[in-house]
Amino acid sequence: MRNVALLSFAQTPHKRRENTRSEVDMVMSVVQPAIRASGLAKREIGFTCSGSSDYLAGGAFAFVGAVDALGAWPPIAESHVEMDAAWALYEAWIKIQTGICDSALCFGFGRASMGTLPETLGMQLDPYTVAPLGLDAISLAALQARALLDAGAHTAREMAEVAVRSRRDAKTNPNAQLTGDFDVEKLLGEPHLVSPLRKHDCPPISDGAAAVVIAAEEVARRVAKRPVWIRGIDHRIEPHHPGLRDLTRSPSTALAARKAGADPARIDVAELHAPFTHQELILRDALGLGPQVRINPSGGPLAANPMMAAGLVRIGEAANEIRAGRARRALAHATQGHCLQQNLVAVLEGE
Amino acid sequence: MSDARGPVKSLVTPTRLEYAYTATGAHAEFLKAISEGRLIGQRCPECRKVYCPPSGACPRCGIATEETVPVADRGTITTFCIVRVPSDVIELKLPYCTANIVLDGSDIPFIALLQECEAADVRIGMRVEAVWRPRAEWGPTFENIRWFRPTGEPDVPVEKLGAWF
Repeated sequence: MRNVALLSFAQTPHKRRENTRSEVDMVMSVVQPAIRASGLAKREIGFTCSGSSDYLAGGAFAFVGAVDALGAWPPIAESHVEMDAAWALYEAWIKIQTGICDSALCFGFGRASMGTLPETLGMQLDPYTVAPLGLDAISLAALQARALLDAGAHTAREMAEVAVRSRRDAKTNPNAQLTGDFDVEKLLGEPHLVSPLRKHDCPPISDGAAAVVIAAEEVARRVAKRPVWIRGIDHRIEPHHPGLRDLTRSPSTALAARKAGADPARIDVAELHAPFTHQELILRDALGLGPQVRINPSGGPLAANPMMAAGLVRIGEAANEIRAGRARRALAHATQGHCLQQNLVAVLEGE
Repeated sequence: MSDARGPVKSLVTPTRLEYAYTATGAHAEFLKAISEGRLIGQRCPECRKVYCPPSGACPRCGIATEETVPVADRGTITTFCIVRVPSDVIELKLPYCTANIVLDGSDIPFIALLQECEAADVRIGMRVEAVWRPRAEWGPTFENIRWFRPTGEPDVPVEKLGAWF
């Protein structure tokens, strides 16, 4: 295996509605600083991979427009995943492993505010159920939360505590969207949005983008003062149909963590892509993260959830914790699909 | 399942997502101009090429384009396609022609419908002009231009279009 390092990370401030910049503008605003901070010249970067969804833009092949932001001349080697850009990073990591390239730029972006996000995400189920179910993403997450509470594994109070901690920690994150001091008792007194989920259990709808540059060891040693090493990375998927799964557990996360070499006793901080409060509880159980592990110091997806970038942001924020000297080893997690259907785990480490 | 009407052979289940697109930056500027019957492009500060419609970035250099320049509503065909397949959304007599047109003052072609000529007569290098809808129907949309048609000017020699081949 080739050692691969994360050289740089850039993200936009995440907003409820990006009304002044197009997707191309947003992508340029993260790709250019990520390349500058990497120490590599644009021409030296061997591969580019993006993550986005045409369903968010509401246009077929909308993702191709983002290539305008890259300056793809002379022609570049480029690819796209219709997934969170954490999977674009995974594709790039594989490319580096094969020896086809030594470095890569990965980015993700989404302007979810243009559509009706819970309904848009509901479309993920439909190609397989013959006719549209009309089941939206919040209702699906609520089914999962209900199963978790009914199993007696966790409580609505623990869920509210996740929301309070996330939005409090987000106060120091300049890119976060939803921040502040909330009171658990008060939150538990709020009405349900979709029972048993209350508004605080759900992520904000966010427009945003993020980019990273990664490189093989020989390149990283040459250009980076403080590379953050990707010690392991793996992703696993569960059945598409929610009825075929035990929604109270995340075996795919547990398996990905094992394959990525994540040892919970040696993790200082974890950035978890848990858009709903109860999903953080499920992930913590699956990963075996004890109270000594700091969770989502950035505020996580409950503070800003830019579709198709939020998973990559977890990897970038985890790397920032290492770079800032607040952690020696970090775990980053990304998810896709309904109710934590597919999960990616990366283990990051400083020198 | 079947009854007196016979077995169910297919089921139509329409689905629909609503979007509220907010035009920003270069898109907004282009749509404002075309709603006034003008075409604009943006020039790259580095390679000096003009893009119409502008995306806000130079796809060649990967940097923001900020200088707005007027672009003519006439130009030259760089390549074309003769369509012989009917479509539910296009009510045109077959065969018809869609063409890549590079407008005067712009450096990149875009695809547009060509009418008011026989498909068999279309040539690379042919000069064409926009046919606008009546002013009362204009809005912030490319639909303001009904289609393009030949101007009858002499063709541009292919070697002068060289950059596009």
